[in-house]
Amino acid sequence: MSQASPVQAQGPAQPIPPAPPVAPQERRWRPSARPLTRALYFAFLAFCTVLFVYPFVWAVSASLKPREEVFDNRLIPKHFHPSNYLDVFRGVSDTIYKAQFGTWLWNSLWIAVLAAATVTISSALVAFGFAYFRFPLRNFLFACVLGTMMLPGVVTLVPTYLIWNKLHFTGPGTFLFLSRNQYPLWAPNLFGSAFYIFLLRQFFLGIPRDLFEASRMDGDNYWTMFWRIAAPLAKPAMIVTFVFEFKASWTELQKTLIYLRDDGAFTVPRGLKTLLDLYGPSAGGHGDYQVILAATVLATLPMIIVFFLGQRFFVEGIATQGRKG
Amino acid sequence: MATVTATAPGPHLRVRRWFAGFTSRETWAAFAFLSPWMFGFVVFTAGPMIASFILSFTDYSIIQTTHNVGTANYRTLYHDPDVRTSLRNTFIFTVLAVPAHVIVALGLAAALARVGRAASAFRTIFYLPTMTPAVAIGILYLLIFNGSYGILNRGLALVGISGPFWTTSPHWVKPGLVLMISVWAVGASVVIFLAALMGVPQHLYEAAEMDGASRWLRFRDVTLPMISPAIFFVVIINTIAGLQTFDQVYTAFFNASTPNGTDSSLMYAIYIFQQAFRFFKLGYASALSWVLFAIIAVITAIQIVVSRRYVYYEGQSK
Repeated sequence: MSQASPVQAQGPAQPIPPAPPVAPQERRWRPSARPLTRALYFAFLAFCTVLFVYPFVWAVSASLKPREEVFDNRLIPKHFHPSNYLDVFRGVSDTIYKAQFGTWLWNSLWIAVLAAATVTISSALVAFGFAYFRFPLRNFLFACVLGTMMLPGVVTLVPTYLIWNKLHFTGPGTFLFLSRNQYPLWAPNLFGSAFYIFLLRQFFLGIPRDLFEASRMDGDNYWTMFWRIAAPLAKPAMIVTFVFEFKASWTELQKTLIYLRDDGAFTVPRGLKTLLDLYGPSAGGHGDYQVILAATVLATLPMIIVFFLGQRFFVEGIATQGRKG
Repeated sequence: MATVTATAPGPHLRVRRWFAGFTSRETWAAFAFLSPWMFGFVVFTAGPMIASFILSFTDYSIIQTTHNVGTANYRTLYHDPDVRTSLRNTFIFTVLAVPAHVIVALGLAAALARVGRAASAFRTIFYLPTMTPAVAIGILYLLIFNGSYGILNRGLALVGISGPFWTTSPHWVKPGLVLMISVWAVGASVVIFLAALMGVPQHLYEAAEMDGASRWLRFRDVTLPMISPAIFFVVIINTIAGLQTFDQVYTAFFNASTPNGTDSSLMYAIYIFQQAFRFFKLGYASALSWVLFAIIAVITAIQIVVSRRYVYYEGQSK
C-alpha cells in the first residue's frame, strides 16, 4: 500500500483506507502566470496580513506597558512593564479582589480536555453505529442528527437550565469531587454532538467493509471491531473532533455565565469578563487595561498554541465542513 | 440484510419485514452504539424543545407558582419596545455581517489561490483570529474601536480620515461590531472558499478562455457556479450565527453597572438571556426564544429555496 496520504504519516504501520474523505485534496496550487500580477497579489495579502495580525500585536505590546502608556500608540513599549502579567494573578495592588487566574486556567484546561475527550468518544461510537450497521429507522435517525446541527442553541437554553436545576447542579456543592456548577459545561458531551457524528461517520464510511468482515471472521464482536479496527483507523478524524471541541470549550462564555456562580469554579472566559468588569472604567475601576490585556493574551495564547500544534486538523475539519453541500 | 424474495414485496410484506428488522441482533447492536446520542437527543434537544414550547405559554419563574397564561407572552413581546430594538439591531448586524464576511473571505481566498505555495502560510495567519476567545474579541473591540484613543481611529487619522465614535455613536456600533466579530474572524470561510476554488477543474477555465470569455465572465460563469455550494454553506452558517450573536457584544457592552447596555448594542440573544437569567422570567424568555427559532427557520427555509435556483451541485445527485 502506498504511503501517499499525509494524514497517516505517523504511527505504526496500519492498513490504510483508500482516500479517507477527510484527507485534504487541495494540493494543486495554481501560480498566476505573470510575475507582476503575482507580486500584486502578494502585496495585497501582505497588507491584509498586517490588518489581521495587528490586533494581536497591539494587545501583546499594550499588555507590556505601564498603565499610562497603554494607548500611547507605540509598537515597542517605551517602558517595559512585564509585571502586568503578575498582576493578573495577584490582583492590581489597590483592589481587594484577588483574581484566581491560575485556578481559572486550570479549570478551563481540564473542562476542555474532558469536554473534548467525551465528545470524541461518544460521537465516534454513534458515528460507527450509523456507518456500519443496517437497521430500520437509520435514515430517519440520521436526519434527526443533521437537523440538530441547524438548531439554534438559544431555543434550548432555558429548558436545559431547568433540567440542571432540577438535578441540583445549579446550586453550591460538589459531586464526584467536582464543582456541581461545572457539569453542565461538559457532561452533555457524553451524548455526542451532531457535527462530529456527521464528520466521523463520513470517515468510517471510507473504511473498506472487508476489514470489518475479516475481523468478524477472527471472532471479533461489534465492540472489538469498533475498538480495534474503526477507532484506530479514524484517528485523524478523531483528532479533528478533539481539537475543535477543545477550542469550543475553551472559548465558551454563555454557558459559564448561566451556570457558574462561585469564582473558584470560573473558566478563563468567565474570569476575563469579570476582570474587564472589575478594572474597566465603566464599572468604576481605574481602567487598568494593561492588566486586562495581559489576561486577554494569557487567555488567547493557549488557543494559538493549540492551533499551531493541530493546524492540519483544523484546516481539514473546516474544509470538510464546506464540502458537505 | 433481509433475505431476497423472488417476487416484488407487497406493502404488507414490506411492513412486516421492516418490523422484523427490530428482532435482528444487528439492529440492537446498532441501537446500543446509538444509545448515547438517542439519550442526549431526547434529554437535551427534543425534550427541551417541547418543554420550552409549553413553558412559553406560562409565567414560569422558578420562584413563584406557575400559571397558564395562554398567549399572553406572545402578545407582550409583540408590544415590547425592547424586542423591537433588539430585533432591529440583530437584523442590521446580520444583514451587514453576512455579505461583508462572504465578500472579504472570497477576496482573500481568490488572492490566496494565485500566490502558489505561500498560500498556506497566509491561510494560517488569516485563521488565527477565529481561535481568539469571544471575550477577548469583545475586549479588543472595546479598546481598538474606542473613538478617542483607539488604534483604529489613530490609524484612520494617518490617512486623513477622522473616524467616528465607533462604540458610542448609535449609527456606528453595528458596523464596528461587524468588522471585529464577522470580518476579522473570517478565517474559517477563507479555508472553505480556498478549498472550493482549488476544486474547480482547470479545464473549465481553459474552455472558457478558448471561447474568449473575459476575466469577469470566467468568474461569473465558471467560478461562481462551481463554488456556489460553499458560498451557500457559509451564508447559512453565518446567518444563523449572526442572528444569535451574544458573546462579544455582551462582553463589550453589558456589565453590572450598565446592565441594560446601550440601545444600539442590545442584541436579541442578549435580551433573551437577560429575561431568563437576570429577571428569571423563564416563560417569557421561552416565548422569545421560540420567536427567534421561527425567524431562523423561516430565513433558512427562504435561503434554501433561493439556493435551489442558484446553487450548482456537480452531478446534481444529492
